[in-house]
Amino acid sequence: MLKSRNLIEPMDLSVEELDEIFDLAEEIIKKPSEYSNICAGNLLATLFFEPSTRTRISFEAAMLKLGGKVIGFSEPTSSSIAKGESIADTVRTVSCYSDIIVMRHPKEGAPRIGTMVSEVPIINAGDGGHQHPTQTLTDLLTIRSLKGGFSNLTVGLCGDLMFGRTVHSLMKALSRYENITFILISPQELMIPEYVRKEVLRKNGIKYEEVRRIEEVIDKLDILYMTRVQKERFFNEEDYVRLKDHYILDNEKMALAKEDMIVMHPLPRVNEIAVEVDNDPRAIYFKQAKYGMYVRMALIIKLLGLD
Amino acid sequence: MLVINSIEKGIVIDHITAGLGAKILNYLDIDTSEHTVAFIMNAPSKKYGRKDMIKINDVTDIDLSDLGLIDPKATVNVIENHKVVKKIRLEIPERVVDVIKCKNPRCVTSIERNAPHVFVLIDREEREYKCEYCDDIVSMKGDWQNEIMRKEWLRIKSRK
Repeated sequence: MLKSRNLIEPMDLSVEELDEIFDLAEEIIKKPSEYSNICAGNLLATLFFEPSTRTRISFEAAMLKLGGKVIGFSEPTSSSIAKGESIADTVRTVSCYSDIIVMRHPKEGAPRIGTMVSEVPIINAGDGGHQHPTQTLTDLLTIRSLKGGFSNLTVGLCGDLMFGRTVHSLMKALSRYENITFILISPQELMIPEYVRKEVLRKNGIKYEEVRRIEEVIDKLDILYMTRVQKERFFNEEDYVRLKDHYILDNEKMALAKEDMIVMHPLPRVNEIAVEVDNDPRAIYFKQAKYGMYVRMALIIKLLGLD
Repeated sequence: MLVINSIEKGIVIDHITAGLGAKILNYLDIDTSEHTVAFIMNAPSKKYGRKDMIKINDVTDIDLSDLGLIDPKATVNVIENHKVVKKIRLEIPERVVDVIKCKNPRCVTSIERNAPHVFVLIDREEREYKCEYCDDIVSMKGDWQNEIMRKEWLRIKSRK
């Protein structure tokens, strides 16, 4: 039963609960008109203590497409936080007006404070470099819809594997399925942290290899998950400049890949995928953004108990 | 041989691993209290060779179960009329609230006033705890002293 639950981290949901959400998302994709008024009379509040365009718009679009309404703020300067109000007080007050709250905050664990005082479900839309569960849901729905399931897949993860939270969450979520192989493609400086190797890979007996070049392995992959090297993670400009263009996926490399491989990216993309790849049918990252909206629609319906 | 009189009413924290007594005193914020307190270091012990011991006079109604976080081997005896009326064997707590302070500067507890600091046991062997908000991990076996928050009950009582 997902009604009235909170979603703070992807592992809050069991494999069965995830399937429930994905089943509903696929139903919505098939028959959107049947769901266009399901949330009428419900109000979603977006509390964005840190600016975000993509995630906020995706949530707002999701609620509006379900016939619900949206209130909220998109940066802390326009909220009572600027006057010194605590997170707890802000959430408690907003929960009096709304039916569900989506919250992003730069501090790790901030949405958990929200769950302690809120009368309505809280969805974490990103808490610093910590968790971003609806991105993981987006990635999983994309994989399930386009690859037919999660088992027996060889998944290549490329770019910043050290700081990329989406990569860590996705690996953790996929490690619950059968016969998954990870191929980790990154420069030495941006390899996955040891705790992921220990807690996710070795603990679950997952097959993996670590390589330096996309060309070496692209022909083996069912999925290539590209990530951006994020400037804000580096202490010095020199390292960032040296590493930012380390991996650029272009048509030449795509020519080596399987016919049915898919290229995913959490977006925004900078240089890591050449624009020429966008026209390749295997480049599905914009479709992935669309799946993100559908999975958020399904999540909202489930947490409100309207299905 | 150093002799410390028995107490009529109070608490005796016994079998403290030698060397941890001072840390427990620090945790209890005892230096601000007006109670009579005896602290014995390196007393001979049949069981452990050496042990520390703390006796606090005139206090019985307090919960010291979180002390297991610092030293799970210690025991707490409640004394009334010179007799032990209750013996508490300390255990490693599963969850502690406002005992360990999260040191992660990115954690929400660093900015949110009044947020309880909650840590959950994740590895009994290593005595590792995880912050319930940011997942930061601390080991109580390691250099943890600065992460322990001081209990304020004695201070509060002595101000009455």
